[in-house]
Amino acid sequence: MNVSEIDEFIGALLILIGGIISVISATGIIRFPDVYTRAHAATKSTTLGVLLSLVGAFIYIWLTENYISVRLMLGIVFVFITAPVSGHLIIRAAYRSKVNMTEDTVEDELKKVLDNQTEVH
Amino acid sequence: MKTNDIILQTVTKIVSFIILMFALHIFFAGHNNPGGGFVGGLLTSGAIVLLLLAYDIKTVANSLPIDFKITVAVGLLFAVGTGLGSFLFDVPFLTHAFGELTIPILGELHLNTAVLFDIGVYLAVVGSTMTIIQTIGEGE
Repeated sequence: MNVSEIDEFIGALLILIGGIISVISATGIIRFPDVYTRAHAATKSTTLGVLLSLVGAFIYIWLTENYISVRLMLGIVFVFITAPVSGHLIIRAAYRSKVNMTEDTVEDELKKVLDNQTEVH
Repeated sequence: MKTNDIILQTVTKIVSFIILMFALHIFFAGHNNPGGGFVGGLLTSGAIVLLLLAYDIKTVANSLPIDFKITVAVGLLFAVGTGLGSFLFDVPFLTHAFGELTIPILGELHLNTAVLFDIGVYLAVVGSTMTIIQTIGEGE
């Protein structure tokens, strides 16, 4: 195994792990009971999957072609910043339009806070 | 009940700068790589639309006091101007020139008048996109 094969292996392994994590996240979206747990699966693990794939592509291009791709670095930072925020906004919109939680839910702490706020005003 | 948009607004402050920077990169990379005036203009208006989503239309109009209809006119003026400029050198309409220039800090640059035409495309795209979105957003 010479050097370039090791380089290719590192990149390919990261991309493979990213792909596996994306598949796991897709299974989570199908199998979880309500919108909140589904968003939990969709935002966290998909972000990690995409990040690992991008890092794998970045390392592969860096080591094999000796080219540091600034676009991929920017893409990694951008996805890392924006994906959790988009999940937060979707879930907040769902909560405010009173989407029901699954019946296994034990406690809803946000409801008390929001009820108190409306009483004060 | 007043909504609390602090997460969206804080992230918008950072992300809009990344998008604007990337739009500039795409615009200048257009000669040798994928990109150019059209995509750069759309990315810029995308950043402004993100600001419009996080804040209201008046805040954005205050921080960016630009009449986007005039932007379209200036862009078209750039495009026609580079075309008419070729008449000064007795060559056909829209003939572009290029050359190497040595500038003190930046070193030797390969400059092309097609960039001026691209600036025209960029301004026209930003102006028309923002005019469409702002007129729809302001309408009751």
